[in-house]
Amino acid sequence: MTEKIRKSVSTPAESPVENIEDLAVAKNAHAENIKADLDHLLDEIDSILETNAEDFVNSYVQKGGE
Amino acid sequence: MATPKVCGIETEYGVISRGFESSPIVASSVLVNAYAGAFKQNIQWDFEDETPDRDARGFCLEDAFPPEVETHMANSVLTNGARYYVDHAHPEVSTPECRTATEVVLYDRAGEEIIRESMQRANALLPDHHEIITYKNNSDGKGNSYGCHENYLVARELPFGQLSTYITTHFVTRQIFCGSGKVGSEFFTEKSDAVPYQISQRADFFEEEIGLETTIRRPIVNTRDEPHCDPDKYRRLHVIVGDANMSEYATYLKVGTTSIVLAMIEDGAFPTQLIIDDPVNTIRIVSRDTRLKNPIRLADGSLKTSLEIQFLILEAAETYASAHGLSCVSSDEFPREGANILQLWRETLANLSNGGQGSFDTIDWLAKMSLITAYQERNDLPPNDPKLKALDLQYHDMRQGKNLSSRMNLRKLISQSDAELARTEPPDSTRAFFRGMCLHRWSEFVVSANWDCIIFDVGDGPLRRIPMMEPLKGTRMLTENLFRSCHTPMDLILALGLEDSELTTYKISDVF
Repeated sequence: MTEKIRKSVSTPAESPVENIEDLAVAKNAHAENIKADLDHLLDEIDSILETNAEDFVNSYVQKGGE
Repeated sequence: MATPKVCGIETEYGVISRGFESSPIVASSVLVNAYAGAFKQNIQWDFEDETPDRDARGFCLEDAFPPEVETHMANSVLTNGARYYVDHAHPEVSTPECRTATEVVLYDRAGEEIIRESMQRANALLPDHHEIITYKNNSDGKGNSYGCHENYLVARELPFGQLSTYITTHFVTRQIFCGSGKVGSEFFTEKSDAVPYQISQRADFFEEEIGLETTIRRPIVNTRDEPHCDPDKYRRLHVIVGDANMSEYATYLKVGTTSIVLAMIEDGAFPTQLIIDDPVNTIRIVSRDTRLKNPIRLADGSLKTSLEIQFLILEAAETYASAHGLSCVSSDEFPREGANILQLWRETLANLSNGGQGSFDTIDWLAKMSLITAYQERNDLPPNDPKLKALDLQYHDMRQGKNLSSRMNLRKLISQSDAELARTEPPDSTRAFFRGMCLHRWSEFVVSANWDCIIFDVGDGPLRRIPMMEPLKGTRMLTENLFRSCHTPMDLILALGLEDSELTTYKISDVF
């Protein structure tokens, strides 16, 4: 199994970055994307959230673990 | 030389039923049976050798409550070598034994796919508006917790006291990158606005430094001594202190760093001055310290932040890697695993000392905190508004359209197709390969299986038991030709020399 997936797994050290400035630019661009995506998620989040948050939170009870 | 770190994760999922009244035990059984029935994987687990009340410190506490083993619940061994069952009142997936952190992430992801498939199949059988929903978290926010346990192979010869003292330092501080985040606290005495948000799901539940229990008076270091392999050679460190992660990279770091730290302890390379003075209080202080600035008192009287302690462990790990190499956490298939873990560990700590920038897409507590803070600000909500707690729960919701972590652009380590393939295919690198292959080839003859043996009914004579006491054997490399040459389970038993026969081609010790 892992033989098959080895090639497709991208390990953290194997994403080459030319130099440290590229890394900073890439990180900033990525941070901007994350912020834009978060704004987009917030626009539609009320349609994803449980309709009655208070009931949902109160009724979420889990007894008897481990 | 440290023991190769065979490792795995057991995840209990939170479960609710909606539209109908159901006990969580029934709801969990419906999920497991829906999956097992669909894939004909209802092989029974063999409990013969389970001894969860044995204490690693070599004694048995009279007032301790060993965990009960429930033998009557739905139980399945899967063709990927995993176990899927009902543990008390939760569906639980145990990954197969893995050789690397990457493989653990792969099989933890496969476990999520198994849970999703189970929900879809179960809900398709239920009447309209009846639904079973699961959550990959660890707390209901009302004082009840369920676990995400890790397991690591360590040398039996390592004194347990030494192991527990040093690993506690890592357990108390590693939450800064593998905590899953939580709105509020579990203590009713704490004002709701005193702890609007904390780093760990689990930290509030730990009351002892060391002990056998997992459900009451939980200890930071669990002493369950149930190796599921050769007890003279190995121990299985059963870790109950961690959070279930939605971020694949958080799971990777959790398992990867812990494997390296255990190897360092085995080889006497852990910095001996890093001993936490009061671990039980400190684990909660760290969990509430989202700015990572609070000083922690060490046993020698010095004060250091959680981040400073992690940097010191990392530096010792880098020195250890230069001197010993990291083959014990790497494998032929993943030769750079150890180096990759160290690099990500360093990047992550550097990001955390810089306000977390660069790690919002790998660290669950940061991703969840950014979502909750942004929602709270946009809607001008007080910190105890139930909508914030609802966001917290839905970060872990296992329904595709309702899960919020999947909307946070978390970095991926495993492709969707690999996760789905891993639902049925075992890892190559441990005895899980042998277990998985036996189930693939001859599931109708398998009476029961567990971690260290498999029992066949070949229809003639007594039941045949194949012992699997060595987790590092039974691999694809050692058994692929054996499986190729066997057409029936009896061929396998004879080939392995488990009965007198001229057909014996292997010694069991070659394979296990």
